[in-house]
Amino acid sequence: MLDDIPEEEYLYKGNTACAGCTAMLALRYILKAAGPNSMIVNPACCSTVCQGPYPKSAYGVPVLNIAFAAAAATADGIASAERNKGKNIIVFAGDGGTVDIGIQALSGAIERNANILYVCYDNEAYSNTGMQKSGSTPKGAITTTTPTGRKDSKKDIDFIVMAHRPVYMATASSAYPKDIYKKVQKALSIEGTKFIHIHCPCPSGWRYPTERSIELGKMAVKTGMWFLYEYEDGKIKLNPPTVAALKKPAPIDDYIKSQGRFKGANIDAIRSEVEEGIARIKEMV
Amino acid sequence: MKKMSTGNQAVALAVKESDVEVVAAYPITPQTEVVETIASMVEKNTMKCAYIRVESEHSALAACIGASASGARAFTATSSHGLLYMHEMIHWAAGARLPIVMANINRAVGPAWNIWAEHTDALSQRDTGWMQFYAATVQEVYDTVLMSYKLAEKVYLPAMVNLDGFILSHSIQPLDITDTGDFIPPIDMPHALNTDDPVTYGNLTTPADYYKFRHMIHTAMQRADKEARSIEKEFAERFGRQYGPVMEYRTDDAEIVILGMGTLARETEVAVDLLRKEGIKAGSIRIRQFRPFPKLDLDGKKVIVFDRDYSFGAGGILAQEIRMRNDVPIYNVIAGLGGQDVSYNTIADIVRKSKDEGEFWLGVD
Repeated sequence: MLDDIPEEEYLYKGNTACAGCTAMLALRYILKAAGPNSMIVNPACCSTVCQGPYPKSAYGVPVLNIAFAAAAATADGIASAERNKGKNIIVFAGDGGTVDIGIQALSGAIERNANILYVCYDNEAYSNTGMQKSGSTPKGAITTTTPTGRKDSKKDIDFIVMAHRPVYMATASSAYPKDIYKKVQKALSIEGTKFIHIHCPCPSGWRYPTERSIELGKMAVKTGMWFLYEYEDGKIKLNPPTVAALKKPAPIDDYIKSQGRFKGANIDAIRSEVEEGIARIKEMV
Repeated sequence: MKKMSTGNQAVALAVKESDVEVVAAYPITPQTEVVETIASMVEKNTMKCAYIRVESEHSALAACIGASASGARAFTATSSHGLLYMHEMIHWAAGARLPIVMANINRAVGPAWNIWAEHTDALSQRDTGWMQFYAATVQEVYDTVLMSYKLAEKVYLPAMVNLDGFILSHSIQPLDITDTGDFIPPIDMPHALNTDDPVTYGNLTTPADYYKFRHMIHTAMQRADKEARSIEKEFAERFGRQYGPVMEYRTDDAEIVILGMGTLARETEVAVDLLRKEGIKAGSIRIRQFRPFPKLDLDGKKVIVFDRDYSFGAGGILAQEIRMRNDVPIYNVIAGLGGQDVSYNTIADIVRKSKDEGEFWLGVD
């Protein structure tokens, strides 16, 4: 199934990610798709740490680490210099750096149609600092700053991004790496601002056994807790796993119960949130 | 070529002359004319560079950092709250050793809103690792921007060129738009991001390495002091205009020296002439290079320091800097805050009535 994906690795062994980290899985396929003619801009996030400490780096392409709120603007600065024409300038940012503190720079960059690919790997919390609530944390999830579970609803960055009418936008899941590969390749073939939002289960933050990362990623898609789609020319196109899931969504119970972060959560409240989300995305298609 | 120019236009023309590749900026009073002039030159194709109309000053400097990190020559301009909004990235630029040049049009900081000249904005960035220069004429603005690029790219530290809001930014004076030829060589950064040699910048660093990096910034600052002198010398030989870390006026036999920065210190030179006519042996020292801070010989002289800035709970910032290095009594005059008018007559009057030591607030005390 993965025959046409290159064997070359740009994410090396010895990176300092946690066991079962799906953000690194996503990055591995992003870099395979982007190839060596690429540069990464990293705001403060897990990925900054996963490179390993100076003077070592586990990333096989140049990386510029930058302050939390600055990633999209920094990437635009690189992309704007004539000397960087033809290079893939990729932001790899967590949900906190995208949905919350970095949203202004992201908004500005899309508005200017900066020639960058902005990837948000979404583990639904500030995982680098020990699992605090981010704008992307789902309702009901326990974090260290929502110790009895999040009461309000998550911020939907995808709709915010789509309101900017970017040249290309997609959601993806680390449980579907071939899909990531294809979407990154497609994004990089288009001039302008591209945004890919990748759902990345986090075993240490979500509190589940490391070997279940892929399984949980797939469950999120099958239950309709996460959608896979692409946005181009003002239209949303659902991808096959989500088309199938929306015909008959799997019950969310197993997904919720297999994660420590939802301990004691009101499953009915989460279920109605998911149903609302499904109804909304169906309206968009 | 000679023309009449404002301080702001002089900044823009010097940026053009410096072959800047990427400008990212957000408008703010009284800097706006800088970015408008550059935008106009870029759109009329008289200046070739990428111009990024960012959504904030934080992003302005972030974009310059991205451009500079990839080896391109970058520029931004700001003022007051814009500078403060950049503060995080100001640290980042210096820590990443990026030779970005920025023009800061000195302006007071709110509340209350005040758009007029004051140095507290720039001086609050004192400890970020940027070189800081304060100009006093339109020509000096132009020349300092040019020399700053050459210097920044020699020592890999960013440079801030300061000019007083409205007093200098909007003053129209004669400007010699010097064709600098090969004075500023093409930029060649050994640590530019390079896909052929993938390197990670700014990732997690242990205390021992971080400490070494800080020390390297310190030694680069020391080197900058020497390099600035040699660049000023070359500039003087080639273009006939001479600058130094301080600009002294009638100090040779002076018994009283009046110190200050920017346009207020230039006004002081006229006050010195007035006082000399009265038989008072006064001279003035204008601090042009605030970081790295110059050495001063003040022994045996009565020292009066004018501060267009203030550090609450401590005193005038320039006076503190001088006190730290010179064991002399200082009469510290706080004047010109928020654009308060300080004429040569006022300065002369303060000097006539000055005490040997203490602090004096013009218009309050």
